[in-house]
Amino acid sequence: MAGIPHDHYEPTTQGEKWLHRRLPIVGLLYDTLMLPTPRNLNWMWIWGIVLTFCLALQIITGIVLAMHYTPDTDLAFASVEHIMRNVNGGFMLRYMHQNGASLFFVAVYAHIFRSLYYGSYKEPREITWIIGILIYVAMMATAFMGYVLPWGQMSFWGATVITGLFGAIPFIGDTLQTWLLGGPAVDNATLTRFFSLHYLLPFVIVGLVIVHIWAFHTTGNNNPTGVEVRRTSKEDAAKDTLPFWPYFVMKDLFALAIVLAVFFAVVGFMPNYLGHPDNYIPANPLATPAHIVPEWYFLPFYAILRAFTADVWVVIAADWITGGIVDAKFFGVLAMFGAIVVMALAPWLDTSSVRSGRYRPMFKWWFALFVVNFVVLTWVGAMPAEEPYATISLIASAYWFGYFLVILPLLGVIEKPLPQPSTIEEDYNAHYAPNTGGTKTLVNPAE
Amino acid sequence: MMENVVSHADDPEGTRRDFLFYATGGAGVVVAGAAVWPLVNQMNPSADVQALSSIRVDVGDLEPGSQLTVKYLGKPVFIRRRTEEEIALARDVELSELPDQIARNPNLEDTALATDENRSLAQPGNDNAEEWLVMIGVCTHLGCVPLGEAGDFGGWFCPCHGSHYDTAGRIRRGPAPENMHLPIASFADETTIVLG
Amino acid sequence: MLKQLTIAATLAFGLSSGSAMAAGVAGHIEDIDFSFEGPFGKFDQNQLQRGLQVYTEICSACHGLQYVPLRSLGDAGGPQLPEDQVRAYAEFYEVFDSELLDGDGDFRPATPTDNFPKSGMSTAPDLSLMAKARAGFHGPYGLGINQFFKGIGGPEYIANLLTGYTGEEKEQAGAIFYENTAFPGGWIAMAPPLYGDDVDFADGASTELESVAEDVSAFLMWTAEPKLMARKQAGFVGVMMLIILAALLYLTNKRIWAPVKNGRKTGVPAE
Repeated sequence: MAGIPHDHYEPTTQGEKWLHRRLPIVGLLYDTLMLPTPRNLNWMWIWGIVLTFCLALQIITGIVLAMHYTPDTDLAFASVEHIMRNVNGGFMLRYMHQNGASLFFVAVYAHIFRSLYYGSYKEPREITWIIGILIYVAMMATAFMGYVLPWGQMSFWGATVITGLFGAIPFIGDTLQTWLLGGPAVDNATLTRFFSLHYLLPFVIVGLVIVHIWAFHTTGNNNPTGVEVRRTSKEDAAKDTLPFWPYFVMKDLFALAIVLAVFFAVVGFMPNYLGHPDNYIPANPLATPAHIVPEWYFLPFYAILRAFTADVWVVIAADWITGGIVDAKFFGVLAMFGAIVVMALAPWLDTSSVRSGRYRPMFKWWFALFVVNFVVLTWVGAMPAEEPYATISLIASAYWFGYFLVILPLLGVIEKPLPQPSTIEEDYNAHYAPNTGGTKTLVNPAE
Repeated sequence: MMENVVSHADDPEGTRRDFLFYATGGAGVVVAGAAVWPLVNQMNPSADVQALSSIRVDVGDLEPGSQLTVKYLGKPVFIRRRTEEEIALARDVELSELPDQIARNPNLEDTALATDENRSLAQPGNDNAEEWLVMIGVCTHLGCVPLGEAGDFGGWFCPCHGSHYDTAGRIRRGPAPENMHLPIASFADETTIVLG
Repeated sequence: MLKQLTIAATLAFGLSSGSAMAAGVAGHIEDIDFSFEGPFGKFDQNQLQRGLQVYTEICSACHGLQYVPLRSLGDAGGPQLPEDQVRAYAEFYEVFDSELLDGDGDFRPATPTDNFPKSGMSTAPDLSLMAKARAGFHGPYGLGINQFFKGIGGPEYIANLLTGYTGEEKEQAGAIFYENTAFPGGWIAMAPPLYGDDVDFADGASTELESVAEDVSAFLMWTAEPKLMARKQAGFVGVMMLIILAALLYLTNKRIWAPVKNGRKTGVPAE
């Protein structure tokens, strides 16, 4: 497990031995829980537990909501109001599910940015990264379909816009779109299948998460230095690591409690702040809202989608080169999905031999700009498609692609990294040397 | 408020550490319980279902000899305004003739006998004391809905397995073990019966 | 690093949500200090009853409340009418019951278990959720700051709309439009429903236009969110419990890590 030398599970009691011979599940869970974890992990490593909690929260509240929801265009909106008004505690369950999706995406973006900064996607963790991207895409599909279910104005029109993107694909677009919708437009057939898939995908995500955990348990966790845990001997490994239980379980639970306190404050006091009032209007296929806006977590990609209009030179070039096959609409679709693809390719685009951004002085600035750019893309994704927002979104989209396709490859070649610590132990003692820990507990250090 | 106070007499060493762990564990259990309860409670009847646990029926237009059937708690309830003949027929029956001598009327005590008086719903200010018969129209054998004005005893007949009920809804012949049950009922005013 | 990302996350939140516009550019909406706003906000029962009266006597002529059960008028946290008053009130409305007349269906007086009827006029939107379906505050520049501090502003929008008529009219394509400072586009098809002194309140409260508009807006906030008070209470209790749990977990975590931070070489805790 992780190739890090450590004590493994040994069944002791008769009961344990009986079970272990037939199904080594106790050993599997024990080794997973006691995994040697780099002792210098900082607070950006807590998002995994937050994500796991969110997945459980969404599944549980979702299953419970599905007991009262009706996936029919005539009844869906009213069934959600039934949940809000009649079902015992229904309003809390609905608001927790609705805002739980937002918390899920806050956590996933923090988690992804952590990986981008500390080089967690780099060798040997490429597979963990790719599975993570797959989880992210599955989350987006799940969230998109879930938002359609209340059958409000934004549900309907958001579904219309996004499924319309598939119609932009050359040659097969119209057939594909009709197949997706089950008809010429978003209607009952679309709603019922979205309900089915929205129920299914989270369990696919559970499976992907298990493989994700398996993958990073095989390689071992990354840590803020990017320096690997020593695998020379059990003693050396123990100097660099601490068992996951209890040290990081308790640290993670503390962070989770803080995050949930904030979450509960949002659910209790401003549950509709992140939403759109138009979704409290029943869907009307004959009346389009003035501004169709997706949920906030899609906004960066929505901005990229809309940025590439027919007057942008790269769109004109693509149109000319492909003889009209790639038009502005399809270009936008390609850019939107391409943004995720280039992020997925980070392990191979980043040429630096240094993993962690801590020791990459040039990279730090470009990364900070990437974070700011992400915020700008989020903001501009909600603005109308006019100037100055159109130009801003184009520049911001260009930076996104430039960061992965130009900056990351170049930096590895031209950057001079700072000296890195030789071991995790060295880094930990530099940050948390004895006597700076804080407690005055007298402990015999020779253990 | 939520700590499990640990007796220090039992833990001679590390008492402060253990207390903290117990307190945290206890707080965690409380939070977990507070999270689980709504998940269980949401399956309890919702407000709209609970609102139907008591219904009001307007019987002002009901003529003697006619019957209203309403759905209450998912089952049919027969509200019959009986004629003099029907009442007399029910009164004439000796208790010993009845297979089931219990009234099955939750508005009275459990042991009340199945006299016609105990089977009917008293209407305040009405001299015709036993005019109103309010029953859950479900055969006590296997749950079919008996047909009215049928059978050998002037009351109801269950077509499923041939149970006969009289004009007071009491079982007289057939496989049904009990008289048709009565719901909780009362008159709110002259023309309104409240079920539940 | 953490600070950077936390700030970024908070900004990303605020920025995107500020875009909640109803349609086009709405006029400036004045903020109103409703009793139900804030973490400890509560509905004012008398205000809700006055708002119900305004709705009944004026708005219900055209507008429906189809998602609101009549019995909820007696629920805690709302107008809290006594049970017999709820029943008497319900009888004013007629609902179509498809089970009557052997399946053909007929109209009958409503009972508390029915919902309010739908809008009588096809162009009059249902008001059940109107207070959540409109945003009174936006931006600035899509940053979501106004809504963070003042709330979404749905009830404020309604109150401003009711008091926002200038008196000007125009005719367009055979229909009459009325100038309104709050309505997006500036011209609304609904004639002014309130002028001030439109109803008499039993509790003697002010019948001025602004006050009546606020009363009916508060009532519509209740129809949109009848569980508002229960929700805020649940949020408060949840936050308190989690803060206590977080404090205990902080101390536990500190206790567990202390030996490591004080120079213990290995990760084996001394138990």
